[in-house]
Amino acid sequence: MKAIRIVIRGIRDAFKSVFRNFSLTTAAITCSTITLILVAVAMILSYNVQSITKDLEKELTIIVYFKEDRTEEQIAELKTKLSNMENVETYDFKDKETWKNELKAYDETFNTSLDYFTENPLLDSIVVKVKDVTHLKETTNEIRKYEYVESASFGEEAVLENVIGAFNIIEKITVVMVFALVVVTAFLIGNTIKLTIFSRRNEIEIMRLVGASNISVKLPFVFEGLVLGILGSIIPILITVYGYVILYDHFNGYIFLSMIRLVKPFNFIIYVSLIVLGLGSIIGMIGSYLAVRRYLKI
Amino acid sequence: MNLIQIKNCYKVYNNGVTAIADLNLTIKKGEFVFVIGASGSGKSSLIKMLYREERPTNGSVIVGGINVAKLRNSKVYKLRRKLGIVFQDFKLLPKLTVYENVAFALEAIGMNSKEIRPKVLKALESVGLKEKVRSFPNQLSGGEQQRVCIARAIVNEPKLLICDEPTGNLDPEISKEIVKILDKINKEFETTIIMATHDREIVNKMKKRVILLEDGVLTGDYLKGSYKAHESN
Ligand SMILES: Nc1ncnc2c1ncn2[C@@H]1O[C@H](COP(=O)(O)OP(=O)(O)OP(=O)(O)O)[C@@H](O)[C@H]1O
Ligand SMILES: [Mg+2]
Repeated sequence: MKAIRIVIRGIRDAFKSVFRNFSLTTAAITCSTITLILVAVAMILSYNVQSITKDLEKELTIIVYFKEDRTEEQIAELKTKLSNMENVETYDFKDKETWKNELKAYDETFNTSLDYFTENPLLDSIVVKVKDVTHLKETTNEIRKYEYVESASFGEEAVLENVIGAFNIIEKITVVMVFALVVVTAFLIGNTIKLTIFSRRNEIEIMRLVGASNISVKLPFVFEGLVLGILGSIIPILITVYGYVILYDHFNGYIFLSMIRLVKPFNFIIYVSLIVLGLGSIIGMIGSYLAVRRYLKI
Repeated sequence: MNLIQIKNCYKVYNNGVTAIADLNLTIKKGEFVFVIGASGSGKSSLIKMLYREERPTNGSVIVGGINVAKLRNSKVYKLRRKLGIVFQDFKLLPKLTVYENVAFALEAIGMNSKEIRPKVLKALESVGLKEKVRSFPNQLSGGEQQRVCIARAIVNEPKLLICDEPTGNLDPEISKEIVKILDKINKEFETTIIMATHDREIVNKMKKRVILLEDGVLTGDYLKGSYKAHESN
Protein backbone atom coordinates (compact mmCIF):
# COMPACT_ATOMS: atom_id res chain seq x y z
CA MET A 1 0.00 0.00 0.00
CA LYS A 2 2.67 2.42 1.10
CA ALA A 3 4.80 1.53 -1.88
CA ILE A 4 1.86 2.11 -4.22
CA ARG A 5 1.26 5.52 -2.67
CA ILE A 6 4.88 6.48 -3.14
CA VAL A 7 4.73 5.36 -6.77
CA ILE A 8 1.47 7.23 -7.46
CA ARG A 9 2.86 10.36 -5.86
CA GLY A 10 5.99 10.00 -7.93
CA ILE A 11 4.09 9.71 -11.19
CA ARG A 12 1.83 12.64 -10.31
CA ASP A 13 4.77 14.87 -9.50
CA ALA A 14 6.54 13.74 -12.65
CA PHE A 15 3.65 14.78 -14.88
CA LYS A 16 3.28 18.09 -13.05
CA SER A 17 6.85 19.06 -13.65
CA VAL A 18 6.87 17.86 -17.25
CA PHE A 19 4.24 20.50 -17.94
CA ARG A 20 5.84 23.08 -15.68
CA ASN A 21 9.16 23.21 -17.57
CA PHE A 22 7.52 23.19 -20.94
CA SER A 23 10.27 24.49 -23.23
CA LEU A 24 13.07 22.32 -21.92
CA THR A 25 10.71 19.38 -21.79
CA THR A 26 9.80 19.93 -25.43
CA ALA A 27 13.45 19.98 -26.42
CA ALA A 28 14.13 16.74 -24.60
CA ILE A 29 11.08 15.02 -26.06
CA THR A 30 11.87 16.23 -29.58
CA CYS A 31 15.39 14.93 -29.34
CA SER A 32 14.29 11.55 -28.09
CA THR A 33 11.63 11.44 -30.81
CA ILE A 34 14.23 12.00 -33.52
CA THR A 35 16.56 9.44 -32.01
CA LEU A 36 13.87 6.83 -31.74
CA ILE A 37 12.55 7.43 -35.26
CA LEU A 38 16.05 6.82 -36.51
CA VAL A 39 16.28 3.69 -34.40
CA ALA A 40 12.96 2.42 -35.71
CA VAL A 41 13.84 3.10 -39.34
CA ALA A 42 17.25 1.51 -38.92
CA MET A 43 15.72 -1.55 -37.33
CA ILE A 44 13.11 -1.94 -40.06
CA LEU A 45 15.72 -1.50 -42.76
CA SER A 46 18.26 -3.82 -41.27
CA TYR A 47 15.74 -6.51 -40.54
CA ASN A 48 14.38 -6.36 -44.07
CA VAL A 49 17.82 -6.39 -45.64
CA GLN A 50 18.71 -9.37 -43.52
CA SER A 51 15.64 -11.23 -44.62
CA ILE A 52 16.19 -10.23 -48.25
CA THR A 53 19.79 -11.40 -48.29
CA LYS A 54 18.66 -14.62 -46.73
CA ASP A 55 16.09 -15.01 -49.50
CA LEU A 56 18.71 -14.28 -52.11
CA GLU A 57 21.19 -16.60 -50.53
CA LYS A 58 18.66 -19.37 -50.67
CA GLU A 59 18.61 -18.88 -54.43
CA LEU A 60 22.36 -19.03 -54.68
CA THR A 61 23.41 -22.25 -56.39
CA ILE A 62 26.48 -23.53 -58.17
CA ILE A 63 25.94 -24.54 -61.76
CA VAL A 64 28.39 -27.17 -62.91
CA TYR A 65 28.77 -27.96 -66.63
CA PHE A 66 30.45 -31.15 -67.74
CA LYS A 67 32.85 -31.24 -70.66
CA GLU A 68 31.51 -32.57 -73.96
CA ASP A 69 33.55 -35.74 -73.71
CA ARG A 70 32.52 -36.68 -70.17
CA THR A 71 31.76 -40.33 -69.52
CA GLU A 72 28.89 -41.79 -67.56
CA GLU A 73 31.41 -42.94 -64.94
CA GLN A 74 32.64 -39.40 -64.50
CA ILE A 75 29.11 -38.17 -63.92
CA ALA A 76 28.62 -40.90 -61.35
CA GLU A 77 31.97 -40.03 -59.78
CA LEU A 78 31.08 -36.37 -59.36
CA LYS A 79 27.76 -37.33 -57.84
CA THR A 80 29.45 -39.42 -55.16
CA LYS A 81 32.04 -36.69 -54.62
CA LEU A 82 29.25 -34.16 -54.12
CA SER A 83 27.46 -36.44 -51.69
CA ASN A 84 30.61 -36.56 -49.61
CA MET A 85 31.20 -32.81 -49.58
CA GLU A 86 30.27 -31.30 -46.29
CA ASN A 87 28.85 -28.06 -47.61
CA VAL A 88 26.63 -29.62 -50.25
CA GLU A 89 23.01 -29.83 -49.35
CA THR A 90 21.42 -31.17 -52.51
CA TYR A 91 22.32 -31.48 -56.16
CA ASP A 92 20.27 -31.95 -59.22
CA PHE A 93 21.55 -33.55 -62.41
CA LYS A 94 20.13 -32.25 -65.66
CA ASP A 95 21.37 -33.75 -68.93
CA LYS A 96 21.66 -31.76 -72.13
CA GLU A 97 18.52 -33.27 -73.62
CA THR A 98 16.40 -32.04 -70.74
CA TRP A 99 17.99 -28.61 -71.09
CA LYS A 100 17.21 -28.59 -74.80
CA ASN A 101 13.58 -29.52 -74.31
CA GLU A 102 13.15 -26.99 -71.55
CA LEU A 103 14.66 -24.22 -73.65
CA LYS A 104 12.60 -25.12 -76.66
CA ALA A 105 9.47 -25.08 -74.60
CA TYR A 106 10.41 -21.78 -73.01
CA ASP A 107 10.88 -19.67 -76.13
CA GLU A 108 10.05 -19.88 -79.83
CA THR A 109 13.40 -18.46 -80.98
CA PHE A 110 15.22 -21.07 -78.96
CA ASN A 111 12.98 -23.66 -80.47
CA THR A 112 13.84 -22.82 -84.06
CA SER A 113 17.51 -22.09 -83.52
CA LEU A 114 18.10 -25.29 -81.62
CA ASP A 115 16.57 -27.19 -84.52
CA TYR A 116 19.45 -26.04 -86.74
CA PHE A 117 21.83 -28.23 -84.83
CA THR A 118 21.97 -31.83 -85.68
CA GLU A 119 23.76 -32.55 -82.46
CA ASN A 120 22.74 -31.07 -79.12
CA PRO A 121 25.15 -28.14 -78.56
CA LEU A 122 24.35 -27.92 -74.87
CA LEU A 123 26.18 -29.48 -71.94
CA ASP A 124 25.11 -31.79 -69.15
CA SER A 125 24.91 -30.04 -65.83
CA ILE A 126 24.48 -30.39 -62.12
CA VAL A 127 22.92 -27.69 -59.98
CA VAL A 128 24.38 -27.74 -56.47
CA LYS A 129 22.73 -26.22 -53.42
CA VAL A 130 25.05 -25.49 -50.53
CA LYS A 131 24.37 -25.39 -46.84
CA ASP A 132 26.50 -22.37 -46.02
CA VAL A 133 26.68 -19.64 -48.62
CA THR A 134 29.66 -18.00 -46.99
CA HIS A 135 31.71 -20.98 -48.19
CA LEU A 136 30.19 -20.91 -51.63
CA LYS A 137 33.47 -19.89 -53.23
CA GLU A 138 35.52 -22.71 -51.67
CA THR A 139 32.97 -25.32 -52.66
CA THR A 140 32.89 -23.99 -56.21
CA ASN A 141 36.67 -24.09 -56.48
CA GLU A 142 36.73 -27.61 -55.22
CA ILE A 143 34.33 -28.73 -57.93
CA ARG A 144 36.31 -26.88 -60.58
CA LYS A 145 39.37 -29.07 -59.92
CA TYR A 146 37.98 -32.09 -61.76
CA GLU A 147 39.23 -32.44 -65.33
CA TYR A 148 35.81 -33.43 -66.70
CA VAL A 149 34.24 -30.23 -65.37
CA GLU A 150 33.96 -27.56 -68.00
CA SER A 151 32.92 -24.83 -65.59
CA ALA A 152 31.48 -24.27 -62.15
CA SER A 153 30.11 -20.89 -61.16
CA PHE A 154 27.53 -19.17 -59.02
CA GLY A 155 25.49 -16.24 -60.12
CA GLU A 156 24.60 -12.95 -58.49
CA GLU A 157 27.70 -13.16 -56.39
CA ALA A 158 28.93 -9.66 -57.10
CA VAL A 159 25.50 -8.07 -56.73
CA LEU A 160 24.88 -9.63 -53.38
CA GLU A 161 28.30 -8.72 -52.06
CA ASN A 162 27.83 -5.11 -53.15
CA VAL A 163 24.44 -4.88 -51.50
CA ILE A 164 25.67 -6.39 -48.26
CA GLY A 165 28.81 -4.25 -48.31
CA ALA A 166 26.87 -1.04 -48.89
CA PHE A 167 24.41 -1.91 -46.22
CA ASN A 168 27.13 -2.67 -43.72
CA ILE A 169 28.49 0.83 -44.14
CA ILE A 170 25.03 2.37 -43.77
CA GLU A 171 24.46 0.25 -40.70
CA LYS A 172 27.70 1.40 -39.09
CA ILE A 173 26.94 5.06 -39.76
CA THR A 174 23.46 4.61 -38.30
CA VAL A 175 24.82 2.94 -35.19
CA VAL A 176 27.23 5.82 -34.62
CA MET A 177 24.49 8.40 -35.20
CA VAL A 178 22.03 6.64 -32.95
CA PHE A 179 24.65 6.37 -30.26
CA ALA A 180 25.47 10.08 -30.48
CA LEU A 181 21.79 10.98 -30.41
CA VAL A 182 21.18 8.71 -27.45
CA VAL A 183 23.91 10.55 -25.56
CA VAL A 184 22.48 13.95 -26.51
CA THR A 185 18.98 12.87 -25.56
CA ALA A 186 20.08 11.49 -22.20
CA PHE A 187 21.93 14.73 -21.60
CA LEU A 188 18.89 16.86 -22.47
CA ILE A 189 16.63 14.77 -20.29
CA GLY A 190 19.20 15.00 -17.51
CA ASN A 191 19.18 18.78 -17.87
CA THR A 192 15.41 18.89 -17.65
CA ILE A 193 15.55 16.84 -14.48
CA LYS A 194 18.26 19.11 -13.10
CA LEU A 195 15.97 22.07 -13.57
CA THR A 196 13.17 20.28 -11.78
CA ILE A 197 15.49 19.39 -8.94
CA PHE A 198 16.47 23.03 -8.55
CA SER A 199 12.92 24.29 -8.79
CA ARG A 200 11.89 21.82 -6.12
CA ARG A 201 14.87 22.09 -3.81
CA ASN A 202 12.80 23.55 -0.95
CA GLU A 203 10.38 20.68 -1.20
CA ILE A 204 13.27 18.23 -1.30
CA GLU A 205 14.85 19.83 1.74
CA ILE A 206 11.64 19.55 3.73
CA MET A 207 11.02 16.01 2.57
CA ARG A 208 14.43 15.04 3.82
CA LEU A 209 13.97 16.88 7.11
CA VAL A 210 10.71 15.13 7.88
CA GLY A 211 12.19 11.73 7.08
CA ALA A 212 11.16 10.83 3.56
CA SER A 213 13.19 7.82 2.49
CA ASN A 214 15.79 8.43 -0.18
CA ILE A 215 13.87 6.34 -2.64
CA SER A 216 10.71 8.41 -2.29
CA VAL A 217 12.70 11.61 -2.74
CA LYS A 218 14.43 10.29 -5.85
CA LEU A 219 11.56 8.41 -7.42
CA PRO A 220 9.63 11.38 -8.83
CA PHE A 221 12.70 12.43 -10.79
CA VAL A 222 13.34 8.98 -12.14
CA PHE A 223 9.67 8.85 -13.15
CA GLU A 224 10.00 12.21 -14.80
CA GLY A 225 12.83 10.86 -16.93
CA LEU A 226 10.74 7.80 -17.69
CA VAL A 227 7.75 9.94 -18.67
CA LEU A 228 9.93 12.06 -20.95
CA GLY A 229 11.33 8.93 -22.58
CA ILE A 230 7.89 7.43 -23.06
CA LEU A 231 6.47 10.68 -24.46
CA GLY A 232 9.41 10.72 -26.85
CA SER A 233 8.62 7.25 -28.13
CA ILE A 234 4.97 7.88 -29.03
CA ILE A 235 5.58 9.45 -32.45
CA PRO A 236 8.25 6.93 -33.47
CA ILE A 237 5.90 4.09 -32.57
CA LEU A 238 3.06 5.61 -34.59
CA ILE A 239 5.43 6.05 -37.52
CA THR A 240 6.58 2.47 -37.21
CA VAL A 241 3.13 0.99 -37.01
CA TYR A 242 1.30 3.09 -39.60
CA GLY A 243 4.29 3.79 -41.82
CA TYR A 244 5.29 0.20 -42.21
CA VAL A 245 1.79 -1.12 -42.73
CA ILE A 246 1.18 1.50 -45.41
CA LEU A 247 4.52 0.75 -47.06
CA TYR A 248 3.85 -2.96 -47.01
CA ASP A 249 0.35 -2.61 -48.42
CA HIS A 250 1.55 -0.19 -51.07
CA PHE A 251 4.04 -2.68 -52.46
CA ASN A 252 1.84 -5.65 -51.72
CA GLY A 253 4.69 -7.04 -49.72
CA TYR A 254 7.07 -7.10 -52.69
CA ILE A 255 9.39 -4.54 -54.18
CA PHE A 256 11.57 -4.62 -57.32
CA LEU A 257 9.35 -6.70 -59.56
CA SER A 258 8.41 -9.22 -56.94
CA MET A 259 12.02 -10.17 -56.42
CA ILE A 260 12.34 -8.86 -52.93
CA ARG A 261 9.90 -9.77 -50.25
CA LEU A 262 9.30 -7.45 -47.25
CA VAL A 263 9.00 -8.81 -43.74
CA LYS A 264 5.36 -9.24 -42.76
CA PRO A 265 4.13 -6.32 -40.58
CA PHE A 266 2.89 -8.53 -37.77
CA ASN A 267 4.41 -9.25 -35.29
CA PHE A 268 7.42 -7.42 -36.65
CA ILE A 269 6.14 -3.88 -35.97
CA ILE A 270 5.10 -4.87 -32.47
CA TYR A 271 8.63 -5.97 -31.69
CA VAL A 272 10.04 -2.79 -33.17
CA SER A 273 7.56 -0.67 -31.20
CA LEU A 274 8.37 -2.45 -27.96
CA ILE A 275 12.07 -1.98 -28.53
CA VAL A 276 11.53 1.72 -29.29
CA LEU A 277 9.44 2.12 -26.14
CA GLY A 278 11.97 0.23 -24.05
CA LEU A 279 14.87 2.22 -25.43
CA GLY A 280 13.00 5.50 -24.82
CA SER A 281 12.31 4.52 -21.22
CA ILE A 282 15.89 3.45 -20.66
CA ILE A 283 17.32 6.66 -22.11
CA GLY A 284 14.94 8.68 -19.94
CA MET A 285 15.87 6.82 -16.80
CA ILE A 286 19.59 6.99 -17.52
CA GLY A 287 19.29 10.75 -18.03
CA SER A 288 17.38 11.24 -14.81
CA TYR A 289 19.61 8.84 -12.91
CA LEU A 290 22.67 10.86 -13.90
CA ALA A 291 20.98 14.11 -12.91
CA VAL A 292 19.75 12.73 -9.60
CA ARG A 293 23.19 11.38 -8.80
CA ARG A 294 24.84 14.63 -9.68
CA TYR A 295 22.44 17.18 -8.24
CA LEU A 296 20.56 15.34 -5.52
CA LYS A 297 23.28 14.28 -3.15
CA ILE A 298 21.53 12.23 -0.53
CA MET B 1 15.73 7.21 30.47
CA ASN B 2 18.21 9.15 28.38
CA LEU B 3 16.87 10.28 25.04
CA ILE B 4 20.12 11.92 24.07
CA GLN B 5 23.57 10.81 25.11
CA ILE B 6 26.61 12.69 23.87
CA LYS B 7 30.10 11.50 24.79
CA ASN B 8 33.46 13.14 24.05
CA CYS B 9 31.96 14.72 20.99
CA TYR B 10 33.97 16.91 18.64
CA LYS B 11 32.85 18.71 15.54
CA VAL B 12 35.63 20.05 13.36
CA TYR B 13 34.60 21.49 9.99
CA ASN B 14 36.64 20.99 6.85
CA ASN B 15 38.01 24.51 7.14
CA GLY B 16 39.57 23.59 10.47
CA VAL B 17 37.07 25.39 12.72
CA THR B 18 36.32 23.43 15.87
CA ALA B 19 32.63 24.12 16.49
CA ILE B 20 32.17 21.62 19.33
CA ALA B 21 34.95 20.36 21.60
CA ASP B 22 34.82 17.40 23.96
CA LEU B 23 31.13 17.68 24.69
CA ASN B 24 29.52 15.37 27.23
CA LEU B 25 25.81 15.72 27.71
CA THR B 26 22.74 13.67 28.53
CA ILE B 27 19.14 14.73 28.10
CA LYS B 28 16.30 12.74 29.55
CA LYS B 29 12.94 12.00 28.01
CA GLY B 30 10.46 14.80 28.53
CA GLU B 31 13.01 17.50 29.35
CA PHE B 32 12.87 21.06 28.04
CA VAL B 33 16.38 22.35 27.44
CA PHE B 34 17.63 25.73 26.26
CA VAL B 35 20.97 25.87 24.49
CA ILE B 36 22.48 29.32 24.77
CA GLY B 37 25.76 30.98 23.90
CA ALA B 38 27.21 33.80 21.86
CA SER B 39 27.04 33.79 18.09
CA GLY B 40 29.48 31.20 16.76
CA SER B 41 29.57 29.29 20.02
CA GLY B 42 28.39 26.08 18.32
CA LYS B 43 24.66 25.94 19.10
CA SER B 44 23.61 25.18 15.54
CA SER B 45 26.46 22.72 15.13
CA LEU B 46 25.23 20.78 18.16
CA ILE B 47 21.67 20.83 16.87
CA LYS B 48 22.71 19.75 13.37
CA MET B 49 24.42 16.70 14.80
CA LEU B 50 21.23 15.73 16.61
CA TYR B 51 19.35 15.36 13.35
CA ARG B 52 22.40 14.16 11.45
CA GLU B 53 22.75 17.12 9.16
CA GLU B 54 26.36 17.04 10.34
CA ARG B 55 28.32 14.03 11.56
CA PRO B 56 30.38 14.30 14.72
CA THR B 57 34.09 14.30 13.87
CA ASN B 58 34.84 12.31 16.99
CA GLY B 59 32.95 10.74 19.88
CA SER B 60 29.40 9.53 19.94
CA VAL B 61 26.01 11.18 19.68
CA ILE B 62 23.15 8.82 20.43
CA VAL B 63 19.62 10.05 19.80
CA GLY B 64 16.72 7.78 20.69
CA GLY B 65 19.01 4.75 20.55
CA ILE B 66 20.49 5.64 17.17
CA ASN B 67 24.20 6.37 17.00
CA VAL B 68 24.27 9.37 14.71
CA ALA B 69 28.01 9.06 14.08
CA LYS B 70 27.57 5.64 12.51
CA LEU B 71 24.28 6.25 10.76
CA ARG B 72 24.53 5.66 7.02
CA ASN B 73 23.21 8.33 4.66
CA SER B 74 20.56 6.00 3.34
CA LYS B 75 19.23 5.40 6.87
CA VAL B 76 19.08 9.01 8.05
CA TYR B 77 15.35 9.08 7.38
CA LYS B 78 14.79 6.61 10.20
CA LEU B 79 16.24 9.10 12.67
CA ARG B 80 14.36 12.03 11.16
CA ARG B 81 11.01 10.30 11.56
CA LYS B 82 11.56 10.24 15.30
CA LEU B 83 12.05 13.96 15.57
CA GLY B 84 10.59 17.28 14.61
CA ILE B 85 12.69 20.26 13.58
CA VAL B 86 11.86 23.95 13.65
CA PHE B 87 14.07 26.67 12.19
CA GLN B 88 14.44 30.40 12.36
CA ASP B 89 13.48 30.69 8.68
CA PHE B 90 10.23 28.86 8.49
CA LYS B 91 10.82 26.72 5.40
CA LEU B 92 7.14 26.61 4.47
CA LEU B 93 6.15 25.84 0.88
CA PRO B 94 4.54 29.04 -0.47
CA LYS B 95 2.24 27.32 -2.94
CA LEU B 96 0.67 25.04 -0.36
CA THR B 97 -1.98 25.99 2.18
CA VAL B 98 -1.42 25.70 5.90
CA TYR B 99 -3.16 22.36 5.90
CA GLU B 100 -1.17 21.10 2.92
CA ASN B 101 2.11 22.27 4.42
CA VAL B 102 1.51 20.23 7.54
CA ALA B 103 0.11 17.26 5.61
CA PHE B 104 3.18 17.36 3.37
CA ALA B 105 5.31 15.97 6.19
CA LEU B 106 3.09 12.91 6.47
CA GLU B 107 2.62 12.42 2.72
CA ALA B 108 6.37 12.50 2.34
CA ILE B 109 6.69 9.45 4.57
CA GLY B 110 3.98 7.63 2.67
CA MET B 111 1.04 7.90 5.06
CA ASN B 112 -2.41 7.64 3.49
CA SER B 113 -4.71 10.64 3.40
CA LYS B 114 -7.31 9.10 5.72
CA GLU B 115 -4.73 8.80 8.47
CA ILE B 116 -3.25 12.18 7.62
CA ARG B 117 -6.34 14.31 8.08
CA PRO B 118 -7.03 13.85 11.81
CA LYS B 119 -3.35 14.13 12.64
CA VAL B 120 -2.97 17.40 10.76
CA LEU B 121 -6.05 18.91 12.34
CA LYS B 122 -4.90 17.86 15.79
CA ALA B 123 -1.46 19.37 15.27
CA LEU B 124 -2.92 22.62 13.98
CA GLU B 125 -5.22 22.74 16.96
CA SER B 126 -2.28 22.34 19.35
CA VAL B 127 -0.72 25.49 17.91
CA GLY B 128 -4.03 27.34 17.77
CA LEU B 129 -4.29 27.62 14.00
CA LYS B 130 -7.32 25.52 13.23
CA GLU B 131 -9.09 28.50 11.68
CA LYS B 132 -6.30 29.14 9.20
CA VAL B 133 -6.15 25.77 7.45
CA ARG B 134 -6.94 27.24 4.05
CA SER B 135 -4.63 30.23 4.26
CA PHE B 136 -1.39 30.43 2.36
CA PRO B 137 1.86 31.20 4.17
CA ASN B 138 2.08 34.73 2.74
CA GLN B 139 -1.29 35.50 4.30
CA LEU B 140 0.01 34.76 7.80
CA SER B 141 2.01 36.78 10.32
CA GLY B 142 5.52 35.64 11.25
CA GLY B 143 4.30 34.15 14.49
CA GLU B 144 1.53 32.27 12.73
CA GLN B 145 3.96 30.96 10.15
CA GLN B 146 6.22 29.68 12.88
CA ARG B 147 3.24 27.99 14.49
CA VAL B 148 2.56 26.19 11.22
CA CYS B 149 6.17 25.01 11.30
CA ILE B 150 5.72 23.73 14.83
CA ALA B 151 2.54 21.93 13.77
CA ARG B 152 4.44 20.36 10.90
CA ALA B 153 7.24 19.32 13.27
CA ILE B 154 4.92 17.64 15.78
CA VAL B 155 2.35 16.19 13.39
CA ASN B 156 4.03 12.79 13.41
CA GLU B 157 4.15 12.82 17.23
CA PRO B 158 7.93 12.82 17.57
CA LYS B 159 9.68 12.09 20.86
CA LEU B 160 12.06 14.96 20.30
CA LEU B 161 11.47 18.46 19.03
CA ILE B 162 14.58 20.37 17.97
CA CYS B 163 14.37 24.13 17.53
CA ASP B 164 17.19 26.30 16.23
CA GLU B 165 16.35 29.89 17.21
CA PRO B 166 12.66 29.54 16.45
CA THR B 167 12.01 33.05 17.71
CA GLY B 168 14.99 34.65 16.00
CA ASN B 169 12.82 36.48 13.49
CA LEU B 170 9.97 37.42 15.81
CA ASP B 171 9.03 40.28 18.15
CA PRO B 172 9.51 39.67 21.87
CA GLU B 173 5.75 39.39 22.44
CA ILE B 174 5.25 36.86 19.66
CA SER B 175 8.38 35.01 20.77
CA LYS B 176 6.86 34.51 24.20
CA GLU B 177 3.74 33.07 22.58
CA ILE B 178 5.79 30.62 20.56
CA VAL B 179 7.72 29.45 23.60
CA LYS B 180 4.45 29.07 25.50
CA ILE B 181 3.21 26.76 22.74
CA LEU B 182 6.42 24.76 22.96
CA ASP B 183 6.03 24.53 26.72
CA LYS B 184 2.47 23.30 26.26
CA ILE B 185 3.60 20.64 23.80
CA ASN B 186 6.32 19.60 26.22
CA LYS B 187 3.80 19.18 29.02
CA GLU B 188 0.88 17.78 27.04
CA PHE B 189 2.65 15.22 24.87
CA GLU B 190 5.80 14.80 26.98
CA THR B 191 7.80 15.72 23.93
CA THR B 192 11.44 16.40 24.72
CA ILE B 193 12.36 19.88 23.51
CA ILE B 194 15.76 21.32 22.76
CA MET B 195 15.80 24.96 21.80
CA ALA B 196 18.81 27.03 20.80
CA THR B 197 18.24 30.69 21.44
CA HIS B 198 19.77 34.12 21.96
CA ASP B 199 16.78 35.38 23.87
CA ARG B 200 17.91 35.80 27.49
CA GLU B 201 14.62 37.17 28.60
CA ILE B 202 12.76 34.05 27.53
CA VAL B 203 15.37 31.81 29.09
CA ASN B 204 15.17 33.66 32.36
CA LYS B 205 11.43 33.63 32.41
CA MET B 206 10.85 29.98 31.53
CA LYS B 207 13.08 28.52 34.25
CA LYS B 208 14.13 25.43 32.34
CA ARG B 209 17.37 23.55 32.16
CA VAL B 210 19.98 25.69 30.39
CA ILE B 211 23.11 24.57 28.59
CA LEU B 212 25.72 27.23 27.96
CA LEU B 213 28.25 26.91 25.16
CA GLU B 214 31.34 29.09 24.82
CA ASP B 215 33.51 28.58 21.76
CA GLY B 216 32.23 25.06 21.38
CA VAL B 217 32.88 24.13 24.99
CA LEU B 218 30.14 23.37 27.46
CA THR B 219 30.75 25.82 30.27
CA GLY B 220 27.53 25.55 32.15
CA ASP B 221 24.67 23.12 32.64
CA TYR B 222 22.07 24.72 34.87
CA LEU B 223 19.22 22.71 36.20
CA LYS B 224 15.66 23.98 36.14
CA GLY B 225 15.51 27.60 37.17
CA SER B 226 19.06 27.93 38.41
CA TYR B 227 20.33 29.86 35.44
CA LYS B 228 18.86 33.22 36.35
CA ALA B 229 20.30 32.97 39.83
CA HIS B 230 23.70 32.39 38.31
CA GLU B 231 23.23 35.34 35.99
CA SER B 232 22.44 37.72 38.79
CA ASN B 233 25.54 36.71 40.73
N1 LIG C 1 29.37 24.34 7.47
C1 LIG C 1 30.36 24.96 8.14
N2 LIG C 1 31.61 24.93 7.64
C2 LIG C 1 32.60 25.53 8.32
N3 LIG C 1 32.47 26.16 9.46
C3 LIG C 1 31.24 26.23 10.01
C4 LIG C 1 30.13 25.63 9.37
N4 LIG C 1 29.04 25.85 10.14
C5 LIG C 1 29.46 26.55 11.19
N5 LIG C 1 30.78 26.79 11.14
C6 LIG C 1 31.60 27.47 12.14
O1 LIG C 1 31.45 26.78 13.35
C7 LIG C 1 31.33 27.69 14.43
C8 LIG C 1 30.05 27.44 15.18
O2 LIG C 1 28.99 27.78 14.33
P1 LIG C 1 27.45 27.57 14.72
O3 LIG C 1 26.63 27.88 13.55
O4 LIG C 1 27.33 26.25 15.35
O5 LIG C 1 27.28 28.70 15.83
P2 LIG C 1 25.92 29.22 16.50
O6 LIG C 1 26.15 29.13 17.96
O7 LIG C 1 24.76 28.53 15.96
O8 LIG C 1 25.91 30.74 16.06
P3 LIG C 1 24.62 31.67 15.82
O9 LIG C 1 24.13 32.02 17.19
O10 LIG C 1 25.16 32.84 15.10
O11 LIG C 1 23.65 30.89 15.02
C9 LIG C 1 31.44 29.08 13.82
O12 LIG C 1 32.77 29.51 13.98
C10 LIG C 1 31.11 28.88 12.38
O13 LIG C 1 31.83 29.80 11.58
MG1 LIG D 1 23.01 29.05 14.81
